[in-house]
Amino acid sequence: MSQHTPDAHADHGSVGSYVTGFILSVILTVIPFGLVMTEALDKVATIWIFVIMAIVQIAVHLKYFLHLSFVTEEGKLNTFTFLFSALIIVLVVGLSIWIIYASNAMMMG
Amino acid sequence: MFGKLTLDAVPYHEPIIMITLAIVAVIGAALAIAITKYQKWGVLWHDWITSVDHKRLGVMYIVLALVMLLRGFADAIMMRTQLAAATNGAEGYLPPEHYDQIFTAHGVIMIIFMAMPFMIGLMNIVLPLQIGARDVAFPFLNNLSFWLAVAGALLVNISLGVGEFARTGWVAYPPLSELAYSPGSGVDYYIWALQISGIGTTLTGVNFLVTVMKMRTPGMKLMEMPIFTWACTWANVLIVASFPILTGALLMLTMDRYFDFHFFTNDLGGNAMMYINLFWAWGHPEVYILVLPAFGIFSEIMATFSGKPLFGYKSMVWASGSIAILGFIVWLHHFFTMGSSADVNAFFGVMTMIIAVPTGVKLFNWLFTMYHGRVQFTPPVLWTLGFMVTFSIGGMTGVLLAVPGADYVLHNSLFLIAHFHNTIIGGAVFGYLAGFSYWFPKAMGYKLDEKWGKRAFWFWQIGFFVAFMPLYVLGFMGMTRRINHTNNPDWNIWLYIAAVGGFIIALGILSQLIQLYVSYKNREALKDTTGDPWNGRTLEWSTMSPPQFYNFAVDPKTDGVDAFHGMKKNGTAYQRPGSYAPIHMPRNTSAGFIMGMLLTAFGFGFIWHIWWLVIATFVLTIVTLIKRSYDNDVDYYVQPEEIEKIEGEHLAAIQQQSLLKA
Repeated sequence: MSQHTPDAHADHGSVGSYVTGFILSVILTVIPFGLVMTEALDKVATIWIFVIMAIVQIAVHLKYFLHLSFVTEEGKLNTFTFLFSALIIVLVVGLSIWIIYASNAMMMG
Repeated sequence: MFGKLTLDAVPYHEPIIMITLAIVAVIGAALAIAITKYQKWGVLWHDWITSVDHKRLGVMYIVLALVMLLRGFADAIMMRTQLAAATNGAEGYLPPEHYDQIFTAHGVIMIIFMAMPFMIGLMNIVLPLQIGARDVAFPFLNNLSFWLAVAGALLVNISLGVGEFARTGWVAYPPLSELAYSPGSGVDYYIWALQISGIGTTLTGVNFLVTVMKMRTPGMKLMEMPIFTWACTWANVLIVASFPILTGALLMLTMDRYFDFHFFTNDLGGNAMMYINLFWAWGHPEVYILVLPAFGIFSEIMATFSGKPLFGYKSMVWASGSIAILGFIVWLHHFFTMGSSADVNAFFGVMTMIIAVPTGVKLFNWLFTMYHGRVQFTPPVLWTLGFMVTFSIGGMTGVLLAVPGADYVLHNSLFLIAHFHNTIIGGAVFGYLAGFSYWFPKAMGYKLDEKWGKRAFWFWQIGFFVAFMPLYVLGFMGMTRRINHTNNPDWNIWLYIAAVGGFIIALGILSQLIQLYVSYKNREALKDTTGDPWNGRTLEWSTMSPPQFYNFAVDPKTDGVDAFHGMKKNGTAYQRPGSYAPIHMPRNTSAGFIMGMLLTAFGFGFIWHIWWLVIATFVLTIVTLIKRSYDNDVDYYVQPEEIEKIEGEHLAAIQQQSLLKA
């Protein structure tokens, strides 16, 4: 009960890091948006760039808005928690879909 | 007024149940009279029921586990005697509808209300002490979790006298567990007992994860935490990740049964396979939740009683970690025969075999810890050695079952029953019983009688083999599980032997009850005056037995895994600081108990469709929670004079002990 003081080392970001995150997000949104609107590239290339930009944007949000990092103790903990949760969700949901899909196919086929 | 509940719900016509209820009533009345006579109601309320002290909650968890062990074991012995009696076409003494409830109740009780509270109880007592914390991160939540577990246990026991319990097996697969095939109250008791206690378990997992992350004594790194704490931490990671799946699956089954949904029904687009999938996506991590802390207990015991540091601490931590992650991608091996594709079965079969690797790493670590050590053959060590042999056999039959082709032959047979009892009794239960005798002096202040402890071990160990090895044979001979009576002369002898084994285990349990009685009677002679009866290596042994209610007067300074061992070696143990600072402590609260009882009534109302009761108890639960949240008088400070006095007593006892030795 004695250690209830708020953690002074917790990284809540600065105005600068939020602005950086915001500008990066805008760039990463405008590029795919522009590609879809102008149809500058062929369809396959557009989809790939779209997906890559989306994944990079997730990383940007995690770093600048959710303060995940591999440097600070607090950030490391949060990062591993996030990665573990993501891994479990992907595994459980993904494998469940595979299992039920395959079972269904066996019954219908 | 009372929904579906009528007097017919009480099984007057079942002599076995009525006699059981009569005995329970007599014991309950005797307890109440004794408590009144010795004027202990106040003590019970102030020191235990409303306590937020993790050590007292731990003791209460273990009391719950032992009571439910007796209940679950009574079910077990009834099944074994029924099967021994009902051979050659005889009907035995348990009619099928009662027998089906017994094997369901046995499974639910042993996993959810015996093993889980036992594990959580040991974790409660030991984990905060091992990391040098004064309590868990959320003491009130801890108390609430306990009373939610009790609420679930109460519902299971109420089902004995009012209505019935599920006849579906402990997994409650639909469509059998759907309204069309199980119209009675049994499955509803099952759902609410698991749902309420399961939420308590999730809260426990969150609570102890935060405790480990935020409450370690300053300077203790994660990789310096004692191995039991690490094992529990991985188990808590699994709890937090897997119990919500159970909550969700049960909620969907509830909607099916109460609100005409069709998640898992045969018709209207339901798919029963999804329930099976979700149940085991929780159920498999659950067995690792049970067994990982047991592995941690064995590790602590082996290091202490070999007088050596644990061999391969880091590999132990990471082996637990890989078991925790692999444990999440093997669940389909519980239903290979559901008929997914060959690729799916192959993937899960291979993953299951791989999980034997980190488990093997652990076994070798324990062996190397003993190697060149001076092993003392105390009861905790006997349990550990018994585990190493028994669990290895269970692990090997597990790898056998992990081959999908072999599983198609052996699934649903007694071979499977033998396998999982082999791992759960030989792994988890032996571990808890080892931990029970290892940490008993810490929690209660006196050691357990060794003679009766060794007797208990040998009865359990021999009884286990006599009871369960025949089931492997019967499995190979084609006997399936959940059979009420048999008509195959070849099976008879094995069924008789298994029943004898059941009674040998009963002697083991009896020995433990005698052990408790004898030890209580001789508690002065067995008293643990120093708080360190085994020459322990980790921080819990640096406190008094039972520990000071604030655990540590000053935050302990640690260097390395065997922190207390290091302190004793450097001569920095038992130091009196210049002065004590006031200690911030949580106050007791009745909110957890009240909410637990309200939710018991809530579940009962739902089971019998008594809607006014459901609404009233739900609203009152929320009101209690809000009231508690706005209560500002939840903590206080222990003053230095009081600390000075308590610490002085401890240090004087230590000094006297070292004078006696010198």
